[in-house]
Amino acid sequence: MSRTTRRRLRQSGWDLLGLAVFAVVVFPVYWMISTAFKRSDDIVSLTPTWLPFHPTLSNYRSAMRMPFFWVDVKNSLIIVSVTVAISMGLAFLAAVALAKYRFTGRKLFIVLMIGIQMLPAAGLIIPLYVVLARYHQVNTLTGVIVTYMTFVLPFSVWTLRGFIIGIPRELEEAAMVDGNTRLGAFLKILLPLIAPGLVATSVFAFITSWNEYIFARVLLNDQSKQTVTVWLSYFLGTSKHTDWGALMAGSTLTAIPVVVFFLLVQRRIAFGLTAGAVRG
Amino acid sequence: MTTDRTALAAGTAPPRTRRRRRLTARRIFAASVPYGLILPVVGAIAAILGYPLYRLVRLSTQHYGLFELIRHKGQSIGLHNYGLILHDPVFWHTLLRTVVFTVANVALTMVLGTLLALLLTRLSTWVRLLLTSGLVLVWSMPVVVAVQVWDWMTNFENGIVNYVLTQLGVGDYFHHDWYATAFSQLSMTTALIVWGALPFVVITIYAGLSQVPHELVEAARSDGARAWQVFRDVTFPIVKPVLLILTSLSIIWDFGVFTQPYLLIGQAKIVPSNYLMGIYLFEEGYLKSDFGRGAAISILMLLIVALLSVVYVRRMVKLGDVR
Repeated sequence: MSRTTRRRLRQSGWDLLGLAVFAVVVFPVYWMISTAFKRSDDIVSLTPTWLPFHPTLSNYRSAMRMPFFWVDVKNSLIIVSVTVAISMGLAFLAAVALAKYRFTGRKLFIVLMIGIQMLPAAGLIIPLYVVLARYHQVNTLTGVIVTYMTFVLPFSVWTLRGFIIGIPRELEEAAMVDGNTRLGAFLKILLPLIAPGLVATSVFAFITSWNEYIFARVLLNDQSKQTVTVWLSYFLGTSKHTDWGALMAGSTLTAIPVVVFFLLVQRRIAFGLTAGAVRG
Repeated sequence: MTTDRTALAAGTAPPRTRRRRRLTARRIFAASVPYGLILPVVGAIAAILGYPLYRLVRLSTQHYGLFELIRHKGQSIGLHNYGLILHDPVFWHTLLRTVVFTVANVALTMVLGTLLALLLTRLSTWVRLLLTSGLVLVWSMPVVVAVQVWDWMTNFENGIVNYVLTQLGVGDYFHHDWYATAFSQLSMTTALIVWGALPFVVITIYAGLSQVPHELVEAARSDGARAWQVFRDVTFPIVKPVLLILTSLSIIWDFGVFTQPYLLIGQAKIVPSNYLMGIYLFEEGYLKSDFGRGAAISILMLLIVALLSVVYVRRMVKLGDVR
């Protein structure tokens, strides 16, 4: 066997392995989507049907007809958009401070922003529940919004800071020469430059809030007030006969906005957590 | 300041002093700008997190049940809650189980993650792009959705996992119940968590691997180093910082995990013998409305996580300082 043939064979070996890994890793997602399009006979049959040969939308119809689906989607949308809007406004200012100024206490603030993100949500449910109960905010969307800000704010400050640092100082100085104050120059001329970063951070904040489960589960007990993740987790309910098709359709519906958004911003944000490590 | 005072004592011209003072005022304003900018976030965090954490400490020294929740007033009982927990075998068993669970999850995530990242470097471009897209797709799956899919795939009646294992001749998995024992339940949870965590880990390590100079690897190879030696002596030292950060992040995340085990095992099947820390806290504190004891458990858990986080936070702060 010649050298090139051997090398080509080895390359094909690696590629085959890569394809096998791809198949295994992606399979659960494929299985969710294909089940959602199958007829119930094909779903419950003992010999699985690998492809939806008789595609149907009836699973989606029954998922959407489930009680509280639309109400809970609406709740999720309200909670997520208010959380993101408020957090971005506040976080942007703090991110400017971190990226463009040196000040006493800066380090402490950074420790706070990173440290808070490490707190396990489970450890916070009791204090948040008790305090929100004290102010009659349990079972209200406001209570959940406030809670979500505890993790969206630190994350957004840290990520936005990364985007602002990326802007060359010369641009800012040029703006200042034109007679603007530092902050004025920054807001007028550089804000447009950070817009993509703001969008990416907002989208990521949207995703984390949309996916959140434990706080919503603890704080909202009224079915008409719950979020879509809690709705999905109760889907199986108490019925003996599980409607897997509808469950998978509901899962697909819950995942779609997240997947679409994630694919859009993944490249921009994904490395935020470790960006420095890769570089330095 | 000193020059100012000497200038005044020497009776120098007043205009100069005025100009100085104006400059100082402006300087004070300039110095306060960053504080003004972080104030909203600091205020919000203090109100929505600081205050609850302060209450948490007080709660942990109180008897605080449903009655107290309605009256908004607990009865102080000193360190009784801590005594109860530390003398409760369930706490120690849960802690040990969580530690073992975390070690298993992190080890699997990191080893598989490193292997897959190394595999990525060996693939032809199109296969690599395909595999990375697949990983990103998996990465984007919401946890609650992933749990439902897992539930469906491992369902004992017509789950695909049982079918495939039986067909492959691994054994007779017809109607095999994956949620029969605590070990099996937690193993399924591990499979779910590792699957969900792999994309982030693989892609990040792969990014780290791309920093390894190609010439270095080639040089080592032509010196007769085996693949394993190249990894140990050339590649590993360069990706070590990345691995370190990923490992500490995974430890922190897996130790405090709640959603996956809670939903996958299912509320009805959760018993003290399959508790993990997050679930223990939820069941004993929240569901039983024993908020005082729950608060004490929370504090112990937060302290453990804080200790675990030190490495990660210190490293990140260093980076934040430099840039």
